[in-house]
Amino acid sequence: MAENDRLIEVKDLQVSFFTPAGEVKAVDGISYSLGYNEVMGVVGESGSGKSVEAYSIIGLLQNPGRVVGGSITFEGEDLLAYTPEQMRQFRGNKVSMIFQNPMTCLNPVYTIGNQLMEALTCHDSSISAQDARKRAIEMLELVGINNAEKRIDQYPHEFSGGMRQRAMIAMALICKPKLLIADEPTTALDVTIQAQILELMKKLQQEEQTSIIFITHNLGVVAEICDRVSVMYAGKIVEQGKVNDIFYNPLHPYTKGLLASMPRLDSDGHERLIPIEGTPIDLLNPPKGCNFAPRCKDCRKICLRQKPPFADYGDGHTSACWLHFMEDDGEEASGK
Amino acid sequence: MFSYILKRILAAVATLLIIMAVTFFLMNAIPGNPFLSEKASPHAIELAFKKYGLDKPLIVQFKNYVVNYLRGDLGVSLKMQEGTSVKDIIFNQGKFTRSIKLGLSALALAILVGIPLGCIAAYHRGSWLDGFLRVMTTVGVAVPTFVLATLLLATFAVKLPLLPVKSGELTDFRSYIMPVISLSFYYTCYLAKLTRTSMLDAINQDYIRTARAKGVKTSKLVLKHALRNSLIPVITYLGPVMAGIITGSFVVESTFQIPGLGKYFVQSVMNRDYTIIMATTVILSALVIFMNLVVDIAYKIVDPRITLTSKEG
Repeated sequence: MAENDRLIEVKDLQVSFFTPAGEVKAVDGISYSLGYNEVMGVVGESGSGKSVEAYSIIGLLQNPGRVVGGSITFEGEDLLAYTPEQMRQFRGNKVSMIFQNPMTCLNPVYTIGNQLMEALTCHDSSISAQDARKRAIEMLELVGINNAEKRIDQYPHEFSGGMRQRAMIAMALICKPKLLIADEPTTALDVTIQAQILELMKKLQQEEQTSIIFITHNLGVVAEICDRVSVMYAGKIVEQGKVNDIFYNPLHPYTKGLLASMPRLDSDGHERLIPIEGTPIDLLNPPKGCNFAPRCKDCRKICLRQKPPFADYGDGHTSACWLHFMEDDGEEASGK
Repeated sequence: MFSYILKRILAAVATLLIIMAVTFFLMNAIPGNPFLSEKASPHAIELAFKKYGLDKPLIVQFKNYVVNYLRGDLGVSLKMQEGTSVKDIIFNQGKFTRSIKLGLSALALAILVGIPLGCIAAYHRGSWLDGFLRVMTTVGVAVPTFVLATLLLATFAVKLPLLPVKSGELTDFRSYIMPVISLSFYYTCYLAKLTRTSMLDAINQDYIRTARAKGVKTSKLVLKHALRNSLIPVITYLGPVMAGIITGSFVVESTFQIPGLGKYFVQSVMNRDYTIIMATTVILSALVIFMNLVVDIAYKIVDPRITLTSKEG
């Protein structure tokens, strides 16, 4: 990807939580870049650091969490050097975010319209109340809320879960951000609504040309909407690549494990799902070697001693595993 | 809304009737009567009983009370200001207004100081300021009113003669200061603690994170998004606060020698002045019921999820 095609570039990002028990390295040196109009899925189990990574982009990390290393560059600007006021201007304007639970993410005591208009007015104080309202109604119509004129004056409790997530999306997109971070936006919804919301996001992504970082643990959702995927495990990206590469040619044992543990439509119904044995590592005391080694079926001696480097399989497909460097030394030596 | 208020007023009348009944039978259960004293002869007492209708069966006496109250007739004092109309005693001698002025000032102080203090403590959670406020409010809810009132008197009226010892009829601003502080201190501290807790709760809610993600300024985050949500439990508590402040002024009125309703109420019980006991109880109860209605309406204004009509008054 050429330098000026990149919307956001994350390099060796490290985020730690300083707890009384010690430093928890929630995100431990991840790098990726995202182009304009591109949708990247971030997949991983709970606690793998996928949300923390997203929060550090938008500056929402809460104490005791802190970015301790690396850089985040957005359209050539260093986000980590922003003052709090610059960060506030940036949030919701250039990058916005939608969250997992639409039932609790809207303020219950203000109308939907009030909250939508606020997203506009806190970045552009010159906009008139009528214009803001008009824009809010447009956005509600855009996300498929019928009778928006009337519904804009309703409170969140008068909306259903799916409607609230639609309203959240409208609010996130009202300032036409370049990047939308979606933190498990469909997890709390039931399946039919999930499909509708995904359809809507896909449609809006194409219409508004917004890049999306889509955080989820649902591989089905990833296949539906993403161009590229990053698979995270214990604070590190273990494999990255185009959606098709990840699904049809997974390289990392963890990615393979994730895919094997997922039911498939084309199976005859008698295949057993294969779980990944064991539990995630304790991030307070990470192992010296590969983070996945304790659960890996193909674990070798070196995996316990040293962190694996990335092997590059071309077209942005990379995977961090020692196995890639063992089978065929001559070819894999090209890995970084 | 209108039908709701109407319903509540009807319910209030029923409540007052029950309060009258309970007060009436309780006060008659106290041994003795208004006319007992060393000097009174049995014959004189009998005459007085006849004069005020106290010789009739209790149930008839009660019926007379209710009928007279419905007509707006509160009767005459039996002992404390014998023969004077109770209405005059309460309303025309300044007692009611003094107590109300004192109570409302204390209430305003508790709200205007307690809620902001709670917000400040929550916003600076964990800092020395928060620690200081926590100690102060904990002490505040533990110190009884009479101790505080006496301390204030000893300090600001005796040691440093800045304020009047006797507040009397509350004619100037200076005479308000100590009684109002004494009366409101407990509630100020309690409101501050309550606001801090509910504010901290509100600050950690998902919608605050949403607002931050939108780019809302910190000041607006606290004052718009968190405060209104954190006020819901605070308003719930304001009902009892109003009742407590308005009826609980006895200690303060005694300490600062203010001839108000609270003090008069207690004296009327001591003297078994039946008509005054009844009148003060009914008036104070009506006030508390009214304040609760105000609180319920405020509740609706702050939290749109609450529907008043579905609730029975």
